Amino acid sequence: MKAVQQYIDLLQENRTLIDNHSAPVLNALRDTAIADLQTIGLPDTSREEFLHTDVSAFFAPDYGLNLARVKRVNDPKEVFRCHVPNLGSNLFLFVGDNCHAMCKQSEFPQGVIACSLHEAALSHPHLVARYYGTLAHSDNDGTVALNTALAQDGFFLFVPRGVIVEKPIQLVNIMHGQHDFMACRRLLVVIEEGAQAKILSCDHTIDKGNFLSSQVNEIFVGKNATFDYYDLEESTLNTRRVASTFVRQDEGSNLLINGITLHNGYTRNNYYITLDGPHAESRLYGMAVADKRQVVDNYSFIDHKAPECTSNELFKYVLDEMATGVFNGRILVREGVQKTSAIQTNRNLCSTKEAHIYTQPQLEIYADDVKCSHGATVGQLDNNALFYMRSRGIPEAEARMLLMVAFTHDVIDMVRIDSLKESLHKLVERRFRGTLDKCAGCRICQ
Amino acid sequence: MLTIKNLHANINGKEILKGINLEVKPGEVHAIMGPNGSGKSTLSSVLAGNPVFEVTDGKVEFYGKDLLALSPEDRSHEGIFLSFQYPVEIPGVSMVNFMRAAINAKRKYWGEEPLSATDFLKMMREKRAVVELDNKLAGRSVNEGFSGGEKKRNEIFQMAMLQPRLSILDETDSGLDIDALRIVSQGVNQLKSDQNATIVITHYQRLLDYIAPDFVHVLYKGRIVKSGGPELALELEEKGYDWIKKEVDE
Repeated sequence: MKAVQQYIDLLQENRTLIDNHSAPVLNALRDTAIADLQTIGLPDTSREEFLHTDVSAFFAPDYGLNLARVKRVNDPKEVFRCHVPNLGSNLFLFVGDNCHAMCKQSEFPQGVIACSLHEAALSHPHLVARYYGTLAHSDNDGTVALNTALAQDGFFLFVPRGVIVEKPIQLVNIMHGQHDFMACRRLLVVIEEGAQAKILSCDHTIDKGNFLSSQVNEIFVGKNATFDYYDLEESTLNTRRVASTFVRQDEGSNLLINGITLHNGYTRNNYYITLDGPHAESRLYGMAVADKRQVVDNYSFIDHKAPECTSNELFKYVLDEMATGVFNGRILVREGVQKTSAIQTNRNLCSTKEAHIYTQPQLEIYADDVKCSHGATVGQLDNNALFYMRSRGIPEAEARMLLMVAFTHDVIDMVRIDSLKESLHKLVERRFRGTLDKCAGCRICQ
Repeated sequence: MLTIKNLHANINGKEILKGINLEVKPGEVHAIMGPNGSGKSTLSSVLAGNPVFEVTDGKVEFYGKDLLALSPEDRSHEGIFLSFQYPVEIPGVSMVNFMRAAINAKRKYWGEEPLSATDFLKMMREKRAVVELDNKLAGRSVNEGFSGGEKKRNEIFQMAMLQPRLSILDETDSGLDIDALRIVSQGVNQLKSDQNATIVITHYQRLLDYIAPDFVHVLYKGRIVKSGGPELALELEEKGYDWIKKEVDE
């Protein structure tokens, strides 16, 4: 039986239960999503964009779901202590896919809505309905269709015109418990004209079970608005993650996405960014540190729809042992979209013969007055640098570690929150030292 | 301290060193001169343990230890220091982390505790002064964006930090203007004592005006073909290498 059938059966049997525990705005999209899922199925390697990772296999195990929205913990602080400390962030904890606000609404400037998606869909149904599901279409990717069919909660951020949210918002997603579990989280972000906000999302798995994290993020960045999205994964070998981020940028907007896979099992990240108004600027960065049999597969599609926009993409992978990395970067410059500047860079270190990287730049340019470039490199550590360091007495293993940390340095330097940048440098170093097999704040490693 | 006997070395199967013999004692300064391609840089690389070169014959003893059996890092701990002709840029590795890793690895090798952060920074500050290295450079990535002169000063700074017993300066004068040359040489002279020794590898006599050698050797076609006192360097400056080549080739 194909993985998809168990979900279709489940959806049909439990449709009332799902709807009863969810808001009408979210329920409104389920029929279409289920129909789409039935038509297109879950993506396997027969599709070019999924050539190297059979994502449908992520969904094959029989995971538990929390359709009745049972609060799984009374005090989320018991489960998790914040480990990227001193960010001074406004914190929301997601245990499985239940949202727990750890900060007060009064922390936010007036007019800002920052709360669970479920709450927002009940209190501001028209606002949520105007955006929800309008970027993440369910007819192209079965994982998005399934997420839309199952989603009951997530996070909603609305920043009205001209308002600046100084403090970063931190979403901590925790997978825990003794049973195999699948979480469906939706993120809906609306940054209106001239507004600014930053979100840091951290994925943690703190128990040994099989987990699947399905995430669909829709982000609307209005005219001259600025938005940062930092997405950090520190999970386990038994965690599978499929995260699709859809962004629409209006005129003069500024977007920064930095996706960091520090430790994982199987990960597929999709980024779809549409530059919809002129002079918009998009920066998409990512890095992965993988060893053992970890798989990190990043797919990106940057769609230059409006002229005079800039996109800059940089992904770096450090792969050791039997790890696999995939980078697929599609850039589309549509007809007549002149004065586009698009740069794409993918650099990879493979430390062993068994480590693999598949890199595929894909540029489609239908305008003639553009600056577009792409570069992909695969290599080993610089032997001259290695010898230089050893000649100063730095042991070979330490020298290698320092060079690997250095290799990822520029991706982290792009972070626009200083305290986060500092924490990330330390976390990456600990990862390379082998002392970060799991997240720092979790119970099983204490 | 250093005894080189009949040293032969290859790179990619091609023999570069064809039987080097050299004896260096504490307190001495040896200059090794020679035309391009004679094997000067190869000798320094082999002594520092660059794995690119393969030693095919001969022996090198350093304070009675078989130097060739040691890893590059252990040679450094034992007190060998190579100032590179082309110092390597290492983007993303800060000078501070680089130096701390080096110093503490050496201390560990000799059974000492790691240096405290305060003591380490104090040491950095003191040694920076030896070559007038700007604090800003010390805060940057190793050699990244340094000018030619700054790179060479950074080499001598590292030498000051590591306090080697034998320093090998590989064409330290190349790419230096007069002011930088003076600063670098003063640094080297300041670090000199009767306990340590220096091998200066150079193409020109110029550097030897600043760092006075006790012995001058001429390397040609992978062998030391002539040795003498400081006057030999002056003779080479005046007459070039042709007369030596002629003597050897005949």
